[in-house]
Amino acid sequence: MSLLAVERLDVRYGLLQAVRGVSFQIERGETVALVGANGAGKTTLLRAIAGAHPTTGGRVLFNGAEVTRAPSHQRVCSGLALVPEGRRLFAQMSVEENLLLARAAGRSGAWTLDAVMEAFPNLRVRRKARAGTLSGGEQQATAIGRALMTNPELLMLDEVSLGLAPLAVERVYSSLRTLLTSGTTIILVEQDLTRALRVAGRVICMLEGRIALEGSAADLTRDAVTQAYFGLDKAASAGAAR
Amino acid sequence: MIWLNQIIQGVLLGGYYALIACGLSFMFSVMGIINIAHGSLAILAAFGLFVLADRFDISPFLGLVVVLPAMAAIGWALQRVVLERSMRAGLLVPILSTFGLSIVIDNLLFEQFGADTRSLAPYIGSFSYDSWPLTDDIDIGQLSALIFATAIVVLGGLQLFLSRTPLGRAIRATAEDPDTVGLVGINARLVNATAAAIAMATVGLAGAALAMRATFDPYAGAPQLIFAFEAAVIGGAGSLWGTLIGGVVLGVAQNIGAQINPQGFFIAGHAIFLIVLFGRLYWGGAGALFLASLRRRA
Repeated sequence: MSLLAVERLDVRYGLLQAVRGVSFQIERGETVALVGANGAGKTTLLRAIAGAHPTTGGRVLFNGAEVTRAPSHQRVCSGLALVPEGRRLFAQMSVEENLLLARAAGRSGAWTLDAVMEAFPNLRVRRKARAGTLSGGEQQATAIGRALMTNPELLMLDEVSLGLAPLAVERVYSSLRTLLTSGTTIILVEQDLTRALRVAGRVICMLEGRIALEGSAADLTRDAVTQAYFGLDKAASAGAAR
Repeated sequence: MIWLNQIIQGVLLGGYYALIACGLSFMFSVMGIINIAHGSLAILAAFGLFVLADRFDISPFLGLVVVLPAMAAIGWALQRVVLERSMRAGLLVPILSTFGLSIVIDNLLFEQFGADTRSLAPYIGSFSYDSWPLTDDIDIGQLSALIFATAIVVLGGLQLFLSRTPLGRAIRATAEDPDTVGLVGINARLVNATAAAIAMATVGLAGAALAMRATFDPYAGAPQLIFAFEAAVIGGAGSLWGTLIGGVVLGVAQNIGAQINPQGFFIAGHAIFLIVLFGRLYWGGAGALFLASLRRRA
């Protein structure tokens, strides 16, 4: 049984259909990179899986149970965590309080406050600081730590490198390395193709709300992904037909 | 000496204003709702205590054991049935729906209890007028002191609860970003209903304080709402300790106004509210924005 199964999922933003009939499965222990141009529907897809955005069609199954209609807090309690785009920290609250909030999920496990501080040592000195005063890299670390504090079975990371300096991106990914090799199931959205192909076992490429290409990172060439990423193969065949 | 006395009595009166403003300020800061039915709900609690004392001979202090949980339940239901739904329709709708609710409560109370003015003072014996002499001219009412102490305990307790407990943290997080709390496993609906229940329990206390220290009738809710609103705004809406300061400023201003002129009680209270409000608009938020826009243009 797959850990996560998404079946013909449709998600709309008003009149705009952001996700069109997307189906895929994630097995336990996999690291899957979700790539695609801006507006391809990656963030919407993750938010719909997390329950932060209502779906208009299709199903989401987590651990074999249907969660399509479940509110987001219930999904977190069953082990599905999202690090949202833009981090969405509680800016008025301290780093420590942001992390402690995740205890509401009621999932005990290896990820405790100390374990998060261990994984992101730069947070230790800032633990009493308001989240709003942190640097981008520290904020991202707090957001990831907050999701980890729910001890998820599936962790979804939405553009953890967005808006960060290259050095900060490097630091976040080096902290993630232990996580990536620890067997936690991860879906990550990453704009940097090279990095996505390096850290992920499998790559799903989205284009205009649909899955354009899917395959193991080892089998896919950078060119093939780039073609799917920009829809060039489609454009090329359309050009040939003309 | 008479001025000092008025200031001291004003501070004690401010304790009552802080107590009734606390729930209003709490609901505004957590849920972003201005509950216009706030005063009417305090009067509802007062009538609850009155019925228990009048028909069942239960002391108003003991009656709180029944009335406060009942008020908390009303707060829970209010959030689930009225506020949550009306909030989805925009900012104005909760104000309108709680305004409607206040009319319903006022008139139901009128239908049930008539226009008579009541007080709980007869049911608490001499406690309503007992006092400690401070000097020859100044006495401190024991009931006023108790109400002031209650305000400090409630405000301090809420502050500690919000900053130290997991539920308090969840309430603050929900206040800051209700859409994101779900992603850390917090049930925002449950948190908001709990917050409304807590706010209504404080309203119950305020209703009891009003009914013991003064008189009330079915339409007494509106002036209490105005006092609560003024205290909350003077203190800076959403700040709990600010609410205490706001209540004290309002109470002192009213008493000094009454000393200057017998008509001055309400006028001085409203005047200090308007001065603080316009002062804030001018030097604070709007004023600062305006100055910033000027600087940008220059």
